[in-house]
Amino acid sequence: MKKLMLLGDEALAQGAVDAGCSGVFAYPGTPSTEIMEYIQKCPEALQRNIHRTWSSNEKTAVEEAVGMSYTGKRTMSCMKHVGLNVAADPFMNSAFVGANGGHIVTVADDPSMHSSQNEQDSRFYAKFAMIPCMEPSNQQECYDMTFHAYELSEKYHLPVMLRLETRLSHSRSGVQRRDMLPENELKLPEDRNQFMLLPAFARRKYKHLIEIQPDLTEESENSPFNWVEEGKDTSLGIIASGLAYNYVKEVTIRYNCEYPILKISQYPIPVKMIEKFMDNCDKILVVEEGQPLVEEMLKGAIPKDSRIMGRLDGTFTRDGEMDPNKVAAALGKETRTGESLPEIVTGRPPALCVGCPHIDSYKALNDVLKSYVEDGQRHVFSDIGCYTLGFLPPYNAINTCLDMGASITMAKGAANAGLFPAIAVIGDSTFCHSGMTGLLDCIYDKTNLVIIILDNSTTGMTGGQDYTGFGRLEAICIGLGVEKEHIRVVTPLSRNFEENVQILKEEIDYKGVSVVIPRRECVQTMTRRMRALKKQEAK
Amino acid sequence: MKQDIILAGVGGQGILTIAAIIGQAALDNGLNMKQAEVHGMSQRGGDVQSHLRISDKAIYSDLIAKGDCDMILSVEPMEALRYKPYLAQTGWLITNSTPFMNIPNYPEQDGLEKEIYSIKNHVLLNADQIAKDLGSARAMNIVMLGAATKYLNIPYKSFEIALQIIFGRKGQNIVDMNIKALAAGRKFADEKL
Ligand SMILES: Cc1ncc(C[n+]2csc(CCOP(=O)(O)OP(=O)(O)O)c2C)c(N)n1
Ligand code: SF4
Repeated sequence: MKKLMLLGDEALAQGAVDAGCSGVFAYPGTPSTEIMEYIQKCPEALQRNIHRTWSSNEKTAVEEAVGMSYTGKRTMSCMKHVGLNVAADPFMNSAFVGANGGHIVTVADDPSMHSSQNEQDSRFYAKFAMIPCMEPSNQQECYDMTFHAYELSEKYHLPVMLRLETRLSHSRSGVQRRDMLPENELKLPEDRNQFMLLPAFARRKYKHLIEIQPDLTEESENSPFNWVEEGKDTSLGIIASGLAYNYVKEVTIRYNCEYPILKISQYPIPVKMIEKFMDNCDKILVVEEGQPLVEEMLKGAIPKDSRIMGRLDGTFTRDGEMDPNKVAAALGKETRTGESLPEIVTGRPPALCVGCPHIDSYKALNDVLKSYVEDGQRHVFSDIGCYTLGFLPPYNAINTCLDMGASITMAKGAANAGLFPAIAVIGDSTFCHSGMTGLLDCIYDKTNLVIIILDNSTTGMTGGQDYTGFGRLEAICIGLGVEKEHIRVVTPLSRNFEENVQILKEEIDYKGVSVVIPRRECVQTMTRRMRALKKQEAK
Repeated sequence: MKQDIILAGVGGQGILTIAAIIGQAALDNGLNMKQAEVHGMSQRGGDVQSHLRISDKAIYSDLIAKGDCDMILSVEPMEALRYKPYLAQTGWLITNSTPFMNIPNYPEQDGLEKEIYSIKNHVLLNADQIAKDLGSARAMNIVMLGAATKYLNIPYKSFEIALQIIFGRKGQNIVDMNIKALAAGRKFADEKL
């Protein structure tokens, strides 16, 4: 078979399909989005009719995947790192109930926060849940590891985490495919207690999880993805995990360093392998992408082993992603820094597109607030999406971005403290992800606030995916208990400016829960939709 | 043979198409390649870049080290300069001269050009104009690629084949237009010397 040029995300998706996966469950989030997008186009996935529609959020996605695993089928849930916080409850507990059909939880981290609120390292979650974690270092491993992870998952009846990072997710390289495996047959659990976490059963399951830990470690000791590369110069040994292994190879080859290298791509950490490796080397450099997980484990609580260098002793910066320059510097190599950045170059931050509907919504909001608070004294709670860019000049329209859904609940908390007007601005996809329950809190509490749901009919920030509540926003709000007269749909266009300001004013003045829905399609999504339509017509 | 290339531009300007074509041409020649892309937040009109590495040996790092880059190929002049710290002493900077002004404090064109001239190996061309003269403003990125082919260690013919593969499903007209744009960019680079 010819090699395919695939992104890390795509290689993993193709791997899942080829390894017999029957369904993928996900909510978009950079850098994980392309996994599901690939599955949605992949001919083999279409042919097998693998489940491939988006879920409302990461929690529902993981639960749906656990349900598929219950039936004996292989499945995958995918998300960005902060998505795992949303899914933490089912994720942690799925380690107790385990897996029937193989379940891979794919999590893509974003060190250096290219498109995220934080740079948490998902390996800590795998360790926390006491399940195996695989960390590919290249696109081929992304592909191959899905086969391995499914076998591991079914052998131990445990979910297995596959951890990616931005640079691997979004980097393309040649991938060699294998023969496709058939899908699993439907086979329901024989043990009626398996998926039941009443305390009496949960206690037994936890004991079992503890008992198999040595076996999981043994798997890592023998994993085809963990290995030692001998080197003549044992004054230093390099322990490199996942993606960081690439930077180590790049630099050691370039500078002819002959240090032994231990590559770790499967966890729990292979203790015997590490012990033997460390015995043979004078000093140890730990190079890992993300937070210092391996390094902390090697050092323990009392960092008396001063042989170990990494992010904790300042050899590397504590934050930010790795790169070849950082690794070369850590090895004491004089790094070529190139010339400095010319002063004339200015920053070019991301911005709302020309014609974006959010711009008109913010203009109206800014204007109406003038009659309530002095300019510069606005406090508007917001959320995550393209519309977060409304924080920047010239709009300066919003004040907060915490986590998905927090605009409504933060505004509620502030309203409960007496803030008026209390305003939440949330995107339509974000609202369906985790805004709905917050709205129910407001209804229950009869909170005086205005929730603006920016309906651009798409999940814009991540590239325009559809979402579960599309076309149902009013129905959802009515269902949750918002009064019909206080659900106001407006069209954010400059010619409606006066009218929209007036409607916002009326709803701010109403003492209770109001929802204003500015509805106009994202210009990028519209262009894509039109292009697809044209193509179809041409056919 | 190893070439490390940084493609630069502003979100939406089509640098990933350039990357795909070079990648296809490299593959055709049995070379290894890795290409790191930017997706997500910065695609909203922010600066975007792609690290493209081609070699006849195994490639490990997805990222190019500072001071190592053999070519900066940019569809926008200020964006070309943003990656100067990556450029090797012997590297080439090949850039479009038409600015993309979506920020209020965009620098003076003269100053930018002075900076570009100060780099020993540079090619500065108005690819927007060349593409427009050919009757297809959208082929600007292919004009830029054409200029770059002079300094890429891949036969010119392979780029034409790659254009055929990548634009093929859009019809022969589009393919031919892009092949013309490629040639126009190449002609500019050839005449520069
Ligand atoms: C828990 C979590 N999941 C996913 C994301 C990634 N993400 C950021 S914004 C966004 C969606 C935004 O869509 P929408 O609310 O419709 O706003 P738009 O971008 O369209 O303006 C997503 C999926 C995230 N930051 N956090
Ligand atoms: S992608 Fe759509 S929602 Fe996002 S800024 Fe552009 S027009 Fe607005």
